[in-house]
Amino acid sequence: MRTLELDAPGWHTHRAGQHLDVRLTSEDGYQAERSYSIASAPGEPLAITVERLEDGEVSPYLVDEVRDGDVFEVRGPIGGYFVWDGDEPEPVLLVAGGSGVVPLAAIAKHRARVGSEAPMRLLYSSRSWDEVIYRDELAKLDVDVVYTLTREQPPDWKGYARRIDDDLLREVAFAAAESPRVYVCGSTHFVDAAADGLVRLGYDPMWVRTERFGATG
Amino acid sequence: MGIISRGFRGRRQDGPPDRVPPGQYLTDDFPVLSAGPTPHTPLEEWTFELRGAAEPVSWTWEELKALPSEEVTKDIHCVTKWSKLDTRWQGVSVDTLLEAVEHDAPYALAFCDGGYTTNLPIEDLTDGKAWVAYNYGGEPLEDEHGGPARLLVPHLYFWKSAKWVRGLQLLDEDEPGFWEQNGYHIRGDPWLEQRYWGD
Repeated sequence: MRTLELDAPGWHTHRAGQHLDVRLTSEDGYQAERSYSIASAPGEPLAITVERLEDGEVSPYLVDEVRDGDVFEVRGPIGGYFVWDGDEPEPVLLVAGGSGVVPLAAIAKHRARVGSEAPMRLLYSSRSWDEVIYRDELAKLDVDVVYTLTREQPPDWKGYARRIDDDLLREVAFAAAESPRVYVCGSTHFVDAAADGLVRLGYDPMWVRTERFGATG
Repeated sequence: MGIISRGFRGRRQDGPPDRVPPGQYLTDDFPVLSAGPTPHTPLEEWTFELRGAAEPVSWTWEELKALPSEEVTKDIHCVTKWSKLDTRWQGVSVDTLLEAVEHDAPYALAFCDGGYTTNLPIEDLTDGKAWVAYNYGGEPLEDEHGGPARLLVPHLYFWKSAKWVRGLQLLDEDEPGFWEQNGYHIRGDPWLEQRYWGD
């Protein structure tokens, strides 16, 4: 996992939750493109957080190889649906699986920057405490963060220690009567489990915005 | 050629160049891209409707399955950059469905469970280019991939192959669908890399 700050001349601002495309070109003209969620809040220096995928083509380069001053092409911002602008009054539930926290952290930081008073809660499922990203940044925000550590827990762990299920969602999610806005991001499996569970809790499917990572990159 | 990225070589998994459009990479997986939860409409409540012609026409699930179907093997290309070759589908040609109505509409808007829509010129839906597909790889199409039935328009980016499709609205004027209102290209030809607004 690595966060890269990008100096992109001509970049206009983005909306929290959007993504961008990275295009790499080798010396002989071979190109590879991938999409990455924008990790920074609007107005912060533009950044992406990249998870290194073992069989990936672009992510190992961005995590292991890229150095200060290297250049590659960036296109964006992209996407107009999985976004939160900060003037929406409804409570916001963010549900993150692993590196799916990236665009959700951007939303949580944006809330602080614009001074929104919409209640916001982040349910963050990670395999272990060591794999939690943005831990310190999230702690500084005035957002409820509820962790569940699905594989390995610190010895004194008192939080959730299982995959997201309906009981866990019922305990953590806002009541359906509050008509919350929901953003779920993670692997396909994770997103389906969380989104289906929220619909079973009485959430209108139209409240639930999803973004899924195929394990390719 | 773009800006050279120092030290980048790439994996160069070689797809046949005439089958992998620019900016795409091959995958054996079948990744999922959806804007919201997966709908699970019971088959007894499912219908496929053609609206916007002189008279609306509708098929139940049983009626749709009773129509002549075709088995096709197609390459598919998602705007999120993956392509998958030789995917096997079975479904009803949109030509067969459109024979049921009198119309001269130049455009259509596919509508779906979950509120999703996508727009297409009729030209991209006819002459053996599009199907309402209900089997994938010889099995009933799974919900997460758009089951019980999805539109299949493989020559365009795969968001045009609307999951959970429930019908086509025939239109005189083109009307942007869901992704098309949210930053994605109005037509989406992968060979022209029509990914986003402005492409």
